[in-house]
Amino acid sequence: MKVVDSQVLEIRASEDIVAVRQAVRKKAVSMGFGLVDQTKIVTASSELARNALDYAGGGVLNLEHIENEMRTGLKLVFEDQGPGIANIDLAMTDGYSTGAGLGLGLGGAKRLSNEFEIHSKPGEGTRISVVRWR
Amino acid sequence: MGGYLLVTIQVDMHDRLALTLQDDLTSQIVSHRARGVLIDISALEMVDSFIGRMLASIASMSRLLDAETVVVGMQPSVAITLVELGLPMKGIRTALDVEKGIQALKEAVDGTG
Repeated sequence: MKVVDSQVLEIRASEDIVAVRQAVRKKAVSMGFGLVDQTKIVTASSELARNALDYAGGGVLNLEHIENEMRTGLKLVFEDQGPGIANIDLAMTDGYSTGAGLGLGLGGAKRLSNEFEIHSKPGEGTRISVVRWR
Repeated sequence: MGGYLLVTIQVDMHDRLALTLQDDLTSQIVSHRARGVLIDISALEMVDSFIGRMLASIASMSRLLDAETVVVGMQPSVAITLVELGLPMKGIRTALDVEKGIQALKEAVDGTG
């Protein structure tokens, strides 16, 4: 797996969620993703950026253009130093939320991506990585 | 009085702005005694769970204030993504464009078409 290029975005306020959406859209367009795929990855990024802000007080997005021998993709890695997630299976369940949201963020982001990984421990923050292949 | 309010969302809204729209709109429904609200989202390239929930809330609140809401102009890519996201847009009436939306409002409000 090769990282062609990457950029880092800070998520500290609700305006930053918009900035994340716009940066992901711009990157997806430049990489030649079709409109539906652009919309899916942008929507996933919006859900995950909001999660980082709402549950961890903010975080960082690493936006990467990746490729291997077979294909090229857009990888989003969200990292925060928040309280972490005690029960990941439960957090992934649609409709479950410890906040005020609809509880669709994690499950929805997973469905909108081709690959989804989550690492989290209470007290150690959360790292979520999603890939959409072109 | 007793007319329709037309709201066109033209920018990528951050969350607080979306909540402000929700508050403003409910106030306007009362002050104009509106019977219908038409929300044009054709400029929106994305609807995530937050914006989807705001649209559903506006529809519920309007109903309590005796007004019907129709969301018009959703892009096909947005519709596809919403279904995969798993967003239950229940209780939200939609129409393809403003003209069809007004038709839907007439039917819902006056029972005529």
